[in-house]
Amino acid sequence: MINAVGREIPDEILKLTGKEPFQGNHYKEGVPFRRYAPIIRPVMNNEHSKLVKDIHEALVRCKAHNGMTVSFHHHFREGDLVVNMVMEEIHKMGLKNITLAATSLGKAHDPLVPMIEDGTITSIQASGVRGKIGEAISHGKLKNLAIMRSHGGRVRSLVTGETKVDIAFIGAPTADEYGNLRGVGGKNNCGVLSFSHVDGDCAEYVVAITDTLVPFPNFPAHISMTKVDYVCVVDAIGIAEKIATGAAKPTTDQRKLMMAEYCTQVVVNTPYFKDGFSYQTGVGGASIASTISLTKIMEERGIKMGFGVGGLTKPMCDLLDKGLVRVLLDTQAFDVDAVTNVLNPAHHRITAGAYANPFNKGAFVNKLDYVILASLEVDVHFNCNVVVGSDGIITGAQGGHPDTAQGAKCTIVICPLLQGRIPAICSEVTTVTTPGESVDIVVTDYGVAVNPNRPDLLEALEKADCVPLKTIEQLRDEAYAITGVPNPVEFGDRIVGIIEARDGTIMDVVREIKD
Amino acid sequence: MEILKPAVAGTLESSDCMVTVEPGAGQIDLDLTSSVIRQFGPQIRKVIAETLDRLEVTDARVTVVDKGALDCTIKARVEAAVFRSNGIKQNIPWGGAIK
Amino acid sequence: MNPALNPNKKRLRRSMMFLNAQKPGLIKDPYVYGPDSIMLDLEDAVAMKEKDAARYSLFHALREINYRGVERVVRINGLDSDMWEEDIRCSVAGGCDSIRIPKTETAEDVKRVEAVVEASELQYGREPGSVLIMAALESAKGVLNALEICEASPRLFGIALSGGDYTKDLQTVITGTGVELMGARQHMIIAARAAGVQCFDTVWTNLNDMEGFRKDVETIKAMGFDGKSIINPRQIPIVHDIYTPTQKEIIFAEKVVKEIDEKSAQGIGVFTVDGKMIDIAFYDGAKRTLMLAKAAGKYKGNL
Repeated sequence: MINAVGREIPDEILKLTGKEPFQGNHYKEGVPFRRYAPIIRPVMNNEHSKLVKDIHEALVRCKAHNGMTVSFHHHFREGDLVVNMVMEEIHKMGLKNITLAATSLGKAHDPLVPMIEDGTITSIQASGVRGKIGEAISHGKLKNLAIMRSHGGRVRSLVTGETKVDIAFIGAPTADEYGNLRGVGGKNNCGVLSFSHVDGDCAEYVVAITDTLVPFPNFPAHISMTKVDYVCVVDAIGIAEKIATGAAKPTTDQRKLMMAEYCTQVVVNTPYFKDGFSYQTGVGGASIASTISLTKIMEERGIKMGFGVGGLTKPMCDLLDKGLVRVLLDTQAFDVDAVTNVLNPAHHRITAGAYANPFNKGAFVNKLDYVILASLEVDVHFNCNVVVGSDGIITGAQGGHPDTAQGAKCTIVICPLLQGRIPAICSEVTTVTTPGESVDIVVTDYGVAVNPNRPDLLEALEKADCVPLKTIEQLRDEAYAITGVPNPVEFGDRIVGIIEARDGTIMDVVREIKD
Repeated sequence: MEILKPAVAGTLESSDCMVTVEPGAGQIDLDLTSSVIRQFGPQIRKVIAETLDRLEVTDARVTVVDKGALDCTIKARVEAAVFRSNGIKQNIPWGGAIK
Repeated sequence: MNPALNPNKKRLRRSMMFLNAQKPGLIKDPYVYGPDSIMLDLEDAVAMKEKDAARYSLFHALREINYRGVERVVRINGLDSDMWEEDIRCSVAGGCDSIRIPKTETAEDVKRVEAVVEASELQYGREPGSVLIMAALESAKGVLNALEICEASPRLFGIALSGGDYTKDLQTVITGTGVELMGARQHMIIAARAAGVQCFDTVWTNLNDMEGFRKDVETIKAMGFDGKSIINPRQIPIVHDIYTPTQKEIIFAEKVVKEIDEKSAQGIGVFTVDGKMIDIAFYDGAKRTLMLAKAAGKYKGNL
């Protein structure tokens, strides 16, 4: 069946997953559902200890079994040690057919590939995967379908009970013996634990893993003891310098600076740029440069931001310190500055659910004026691909891309026209992750294109005469004139993964790569 | 042209390619690796073949490691390698065999 | 074509960006940064053992890359090398707009290059006189001979100071204050204007000192220079910013051009703008102001 972004979703996949094809952003608007609740084992005995001596004991106590689903957060990013540590123990116990439901997986998790090959891990659900796991999935090594879902989509899948987590492992920079968890105060801090809240609410067992046990109560707790079954102390949960890197030096690459300038010009010349506007941006060089140049204009014009949200970096925290934003809403801290800035009383932690879950009674993304995003590819229908490389290999993550793109009034995607010889603006993206209906403006080094479904934005930018405006087709043609028309990547027949839309329908499928 | 001795041109930097030519075994043997082989493999082979053809190279082992070079760069590196293998640095046929 | 009348001799050259002709990543799309000219370098940037390879790279770039109206200058190897003639053949055959002669010291140097350019135009079917020449002055002798160099060929559109070698010749160094370059700059701009050609300043190499760069460009603009040689695209917006006339200057220039055009058409020789008398000498300057304003997107009129 062809879905709303023109992608063929084979019937056997619809049957296998019980899912519907994507039918547009608002298909599930107002459709009622009952929230899933897990089985809970009450603790009333005041001598009960939650401390376990190692991961093995935690697994045994949580009744680890073949075919179970285990979950993890990715707040430690490439410095994560928790996923591998737990999976090794599961492997040692000889358990099979495990579903790994992580918020995201990266290169740090390359050591899991042999466990995919030997049938320990047979299903993966994540925002996306980078590194060797992505290659393994694209080469058909994972037994079942990989499900790639956005940050908001993941929360939806847990609260609807579509994904039932047996054991959630929450890496916690600090914990007390009763399971009050915080993202700060320890040896390996990540600032916030936003992604794990839903696991605390929906998993049958919750195990905290920490390397810094602190006196009770570890307060104010980011995740409460009321949700935690066991606490396990290990030597190290992460590698600090890979969890939160030093703030990225502002880029000196003129190409990125140009795109940043175009982006800033787009923001300040569209109608939502007024006192109290809301804004989210990413961690790329151009995004950061754009925040810096936007700051200057805000200061000049006396315009303040109402709220900034999302994964945060130093330039966003600088806005707060300068009094240029009323509140920051933090779902993950990308650099050391953002981690420490959490202590500012106007820097609030929010859960991934409050941030982006489409099945809330409203999420923060719905209140965004601007979101600045990046993309591996954008096609002439404004569809974006952030998961599958142009070579057909899974190499990225949805993150909050589809969530914020749908929610924001003005979604700006920054994307250089060419990645080496690969045209990033193309006729058809390799795989659709964010539908074109969510994307309003594409900023490239060769010019800026406005989605024809936003004549209002086009008119504002034409009037301001502030950026080189082109159509998306012009950009694509310019790219192809330079590189030649690329051949479509040849895939095998087997489908190895699905790209899930925010609402749980199927946006696209990912096929096995042909060698 | 004949391939008199092994010669190399180009680098492994992004947007470049490294071309090695060696005396062949009676025909053109091309060994191509490319970061964009899935999208541009046939086009790259075609450009290499046409360039060798213009230079009348019919007997060579040609190894190309491509890092996303545009056609103009691929041609330039093949030509540089072939002329180097002949030790020629002056009076190049600009606009003739080189075009 | 009479090279002296080649319209490109007088084109806008605020920013002339050096690029190593041997680096595909650099030469594939520098036009996105909006320089007025690029200078594809076969000389200092290219390692001795890559001199041959650089020419093939240059040739195909000139032939196949659409530089979207950016002037394509080639800096050839020095006349004391055995490479410069092949460099010119390659460049002219490829379709370059101009040749930059390094280390020019005499009118004779320009004439030697001119002869090979002329022969190459003939050999490769280029329109005679279409390839222009600029001369870089890199020594005390070259600077002192600025006027004869400027007048050496109708193809010569301008001279450029090359501060690195020049200061070595003076037995000093680049200080960042400009004091060591004062004499050369002053002498060169006077010679260039006397000969009716353009004049370009040397590069600023300290990319960490963008404030110093800005001051440097302000200085040379005030001295009358037409533009600056640059080494990094980050320098382009600063140069263009400094060379962008103010709104006041643009409005005044527009009035001057209108007034002189209209009155001249009526055969009137007395011109007034805003109630003040102006003379015909204002005309070229006003035209130049409007050209700079247009290039910066600040003037959309048709004067």
